[in-house]
Amino acid sequence: MTEVFLDGVGLIGPGLPDWRTAREVLRGEREHEPARLPRPDAGMLPANERRRVANSVRWALAAAQEAVGASSYRADEVATVFATSDGDGETLHHLCEALASPQREVSPTRFHNSVHNAAAGYWSIAAGSRHPSTSLCGYDATFAAGLIEAASQVWSERAAMLLVAYDLPFPPPLYAVRPIAEPFAVALVLVPEPRPGTLACCRITARRGSSACSPFPAALRGALACNPAAWSLPLLALIARERREAVRLPYLDGCQLIVEPVAWR
Amino acid sequence: MFAALRESRSGLRPNDFETPALETWIGRVDGLEHEPVTGRLGEFDCRNNRLARLGLRQDGFEDAVAQARERYGAHRIAVLIGTSTSGVHETELAYRQRDRSTGALPPDLRYRHSQNIFSVADFVRRYLELEGPAAAISTACSSSAKVFASAHRLIEAAFVDAAVVGGVDSLCLTTLYGFGSLELLSREPCRPCDAARDGISIGEAAGFVLLERADSGAGKIALLGYGESSDGYHMSAPHPEGAGVRLAVMQALCRAGLAPDAIDYINLHGTATPANDRAEDAALHRIFGAAIPCSSTKGWTGHTLGAAGVTEAIISALCLERSWVPGTLNTRTLDPSLRSRIVLSGEQHPLRHVLSNSFGFGGNNCSLVLGMRA
Repeated sequence: MTEVFLDGVGLIGPGLPDWRTAREVLRGEREHEPARLPRPDAGMLPANERRRVANSVRWALAAAQEAVGASSYRADEVATVFATSDGDGETLHHLCEALASPQREVSPTRFHNSVHNAAAGYWSIAAGSRHPSTSLCGYDATFAAGLIEAASQVWSERAAMLLVAYDLPFPPPLYAVRPIAEPFAVALVLVPEPRPGTLACCRITARRGSSACSPFPAALRGALACNPAAWSLPLLALIARERREAVRLPYLDGCQLIVEPVAWR
Repeated sequence: MFAALRESRSGLRPNDFETPALETWIGRVDGLEHEPVTGRLGEFDCRNNRLARLGLRQDGFEDAVAQARERYGAHRIAVLIGTSTSGVHETELAYRQRDRSTGALPPDLRYRHSQNIFSVADFVRRYLELEGPAAAISTACSSSAKVFASAHRLIEAAFVDAAVVGGVDSLCLTTLYGFGSLELLSREPCRPCDAARDGISIGEAAGFVLLERADSGAGKIALLGYGESSDGYHMSAPHPEGAGVRLAVMQALCRAGLAPDAIDYINLHGTATPANDRAEDAALHRIFGAAIPCSSTKGWTGHTLGAAGVTEAIISALCLERSWVPGTLNTRTLDPSLRSRIVLSGEQHPLRHVLSNSFGFGGNNCSLVLGMRA
């Protein structure tokens, strides 16, 4: 069991342009009206990097920037964990298409954009940060896997962590093998001690048990629940409503990850 | 592995992977084509998971994990595996068989169990019948060094009592042609730190380590320190002075509570690209001067990418146990502009502490300090 403090939230998804809107939706103060969002501008990147960056990275950076902006830290003061199940589908598609052609000519930019830690690399360039960064994957358990990694770093390094989870729909024909219908990115700044703007204290426990998880928030319309990153929302719903209950995140066979906002003031 | 190190036997050969059109050398594991994963875990069958299974079956590892399972319980052991490309080769092959009219992929592509980055960690967890937390860490070529740091923290934070860490990366077209597109592939066996070095040789490998709490184990190898950093500089080129590398190495020393002169051997990342070896040398020379023997073992294994960290951690452990400093295979003329003490041939030498470096695309750096427990 580990306790970490939540010092900032950022998110972006259909009808959820930022945490403020999402918070109102999750509190039942506003209807969720899923609408396509414009492509995030990745404004924190230098212009030459911005031209080359993949869409999934734009989404990840948008959430990350919002969360850090809302926290009491600067972008170059936090270590990072980037959690994505599937990375960048467009990049994968173009690479596989090129590799199936007789010439097999691969774009060098596409190749470096294909690494699972692409978003982390661009973030560290944009933030001018030399802090540690881990990128990981847990398939449908990706958000929980990212949370346990970030929380254990907060706990054992006493460091401020930025956790970013994101996934975007795959283009065809890959969509058929991984049907994530909606894009979503979320970012949490997690810290070892409460700060003036702290939103919650989360107790995180891993224990033996079935993989059954808590329900997805009913206030959210559309097909967000098939996006692994959106499984941060059951936890964020508790935080938005200032409720002290436990949520079970989608995790692994035989293992449960339980997060419980607890009193800290 | 150790015999090959002692006898200077390289595992590299001219590229004969799949339909070889690229003129380069590779480190290919024989026989994977003919050993499918079948039975209970059959849906995980792909080159990467075949390689993982082969690795798990070596050196009594499965037995050691079974004993740990008895000791701690399956749910108290984590699985953290580094990989850069997992089973992407299955998707590469599926793209050759798309439906001509609809563009659809063949229905037998099992994305979750092959290409998805988590596939290999999922496979290892199920194969070893473990039920603790798990993840696949994918930070390009530092992936399977990072797993040591993450596992250490999971144990520190008491999420688990032990962890299976490892790295598995297998040959695929993405990395062969990708590194080719960046003009980073050597046309001959890679020559780390050579004046005429011209790039990497890609290898494949699976390596696993069981990490437990350090309250016992005299004569065992211990993870004494780790350091992690980002360059914040460029996606595919290292910081020229190795600024991030220096940070990772300094943190690893600091965590281990060791001064630079307590390190007896440095296993370099040493990929044999001009830029990597230069940047790594610059960073190390500022910390260690020219006193500590350094070498790259990629002339034996090739660059095993997401498996490089654990491969070289295991090599470092073997060297600690056998008091051996390996040389730098294939290298003929040491680059005179490199200032660290790079050794070309192996030497018998008692070792207390070894540093192992791994760096990846996106400017992701990780250094480990290993030592023998007294």
